[in-house]
Amino acid sequence: METTTISRAISNRMKSPYPGWFYLPAAVIFVVLFLMPMLTSFYFSLTRWTLFESSFIGLDNFAQFFREPFLIKGLTNTLIYAVVTSGLKVIIGMLFGVFLTSRIMARTYLRSLVFFPVLVSTVGVGITFTVLMHPTHGLINESLAVFGIDGPAWLTDPSLALLSVALVDVWKGVGLATMIFIAGIVSIPKEYYEAAKIEGATATQQFWRITMPLARPATVTVILLSFISGLRSFDLIWSMTRGGPGFTTDVIASVIYKQYQAGFYGLSTAGNVVLFLLISTIVVPLFIFLDRKATTQ
Amino acid sequence: MKNQIKLRTLIAALGAVTIIGAATTSFAAPAVNLTVLIDNQPHTVKGMDQLAADFMAKNPNIKIEIETRPAGTEGDNMIKTRLATDEMPDVFLYNTGSLFHALNAARTLADLTDEPFQANVLDSFKTVVKEGNRLYGAPIQTGMGGGILYNRKIYAKLGLKVPTTWAQFQKNNATIKAAGIPPVIQTFKDSWTSQLFVLADFYNVQSVEPDFADRYTQNKAKYATSPAAIKGFTRQEEIFKAGYLNKDFGSAGLEDGLRMVAKGEGAHYPMLTFAIGTIATDHKENINDVGFFALPGDDASKNGLTAWLPPGLYIPKTTKHLAEAKKFVAFIASIEGCDSQTKAVGAMGPYMVKGCEIPANAPPAVIDLVSYFKTDGKNTPALEFLSPIKGPSLEQITVEVGSGIRKPADAATLYDEDVRKQALQLAIPGWK
Repeated sequence: METTTISRAISNRMKSPYPGWFYLPAAVIFVVLFLMPMLTSFYFSLTRWTLFESSFIGLDNFAQFFREPFLIKGLTNTLIYAVVTSGLKVIIGMLFGVFLTSRIMARTYLRSLVFFPVLVSTVGVGITFTVLMHPTHGLINESLAVFGIDGPAWLTDPSLALLSVALVDVWKGVGLATMIFIAGIVSIPKEYYEAAKIEGATATQQFWRITMPLARPATVTVILLSFISGLRSFDLIWSMTRGGPGFTTDVIASVIYKQYQAGFYGLSTAGNVVLFLLISTIVVPLFIFLDRKATTQ
Repeated sequence: MKNQIKLRTLIAALGAVTIIGAATTSFAAPAVNLTVLIDNQPHTVKGMDQLAADFMAKNPNIKIEIETRPAGTEGDNMIKTRLATDEMPDVFLYNTGSLFHALNAARTLADLTDEPFQANVLDSFKTVVKEGNRLYGAPIQTGMGGGILYNRKIYAKLGLKVPTTWAQFQKNNATIKAAGIPPVIQTFKDSWTSQLFVLADFYNVQSVEPDFADRYTQNKAKYATSPAAIKGFTRQEEIFKAGYLNKDFGSAGLEDGLRMVAKGEGAHYPMLTFAIGTIATDHKENINDVGFFALPGDDASKNGLTAWLPPGLYIPKTTKHLAEAKKFVAFIASIEGCDSQTKAVGAMGPYMVKGCEIPANAPPAVIDLVSYFKTDGKNTPALEFLSPIKGPSLEQITVEVGSGIRKPADAATLYDEDVRKQALQLAIPGWK
């Protein structure tokens, strides 16, 4: 009897050599900096809050948030933006990846060149491109004018503005996608290509039959990462168009930010709770799905 | 080692100096540092620099330090956050009217009702810094008008007359367009500048519907259903449809607009008159080419100005130097204070302190502006001073109307919904 308890105690101690309260410092930080703000924000989303005082108003903020006329517009824009940016990053990133793993001159230099925009501050990129895309004095349209092309108003034409911002996002983010693809392509064993060459496969066939399927984990990672960052996108859009002209480039995050700016603190907190739930419902299942894929592989 | 000794002696010496310094000043009047928080607009900074210098010359024991903050909604949040966290400097400058009412004055601001300087402040200003029946603010800068800045050279060259009705205004626009000059300047990069057609039209609205402001606050009058109020939106669309705008209206900003109207690259710029100060600084040589008129309405006999009251100075309850802060505020709200501001930025409009005069050599646009204040009934405060409710999205909506993205009727309905949102957040009775 006594021996079994002792051995159980020993086996427990064997599992974790450290006492539980070693978790305490991390737990304190987690509770103070993450859990508490989150719970208070759940509370404040149920109030009318002026920063000076708050009064409990139940679910009125959520009702108001879903009445927001630009919510649907913001949602569709968010989706369009996420799909366009992640799609382009996959295609262009894959092309760059293949190109930069082949035997070309100045390969390392070109790789760092492609990666460079990732390192620059997003707001800086936004402001720079706002200047470059100016309809009359911008470098882009002035260069087009040399060839006799009348360039469009990139950021002020309502049908173009969102796509223009998405293109800048791709310019800035494609370096990261390329790096992931390079890592994926490099890890494909060379023997497959040699065997394919002996069988007489062309370069295109090698790409479609070997590179594409075997680089699939890299593709999935790029899609997932760029889709999430597309859903959360705010800084680039805000620094380039502030959701304008009018409301044409509003995404959910900018709708919420404008409510905060207007002093609707309770309402914008409710919006953030909605955004949190929305991203969770998209990302958590995706994460579980991919995690399972990775372990089975 | 040698360095360490040196450092130690230095610290000791410094300590001795501070002790002696403290001892001597405590016999004289104690030196006080006052921090003043203002917005970063060039004319505000220049004016405050001069005010602080003149005040310090008279009061050597008080030292003024100036801190600036962004203007617009970013500044609104900063003011509210600093008040809520008790970190507001001793004196700060902020809007009057509806934005002032969001500050919870009774709890956060020092009561200035019984200060002697209030006797010389105009009653029209007192109404916009009042909460309950206590006063919390003092006037700084001058009254403004919302209307049209126009290029006088173009008017002289084409033989045009200042319009008093919308029809005349449109006729002038047609003539100017025919002469190859863009008649109306819009600058949607700074989207707030798009609101003037609606906001500055309020004199015309209330001349037809005198009780609009009250009924609007009580959820009874709507922009979409009031024939007078919706005109601001329809007229903005009219201008766009007629092709009267400058080509780069979508990407130009306030500074571009002011340059265009000063240099005659465009004829009319709907604007608030505080911008005259910027023209006086940035385009000094053209300041006499710029004039001003109120946004015209339907009836020439009922032509008048929508006026904006100047910002106020407030003292937070948390200040440690209440007496000195009051002294500084009283100085600014005096005739000396007005003169000091005129010296720094020139005359920009009527001051809110009795006895303050505008020099005869003021720019023509300022003289045009002041003429509306000389006769009673020729001006009315803008809606944001008569009602606590102003929808926060108006500037995006007017950008859409002004660039032909949204129809006026649709825009007015959308704005009514925006107003409802604000009213609910302010918990104003009669809204649900």
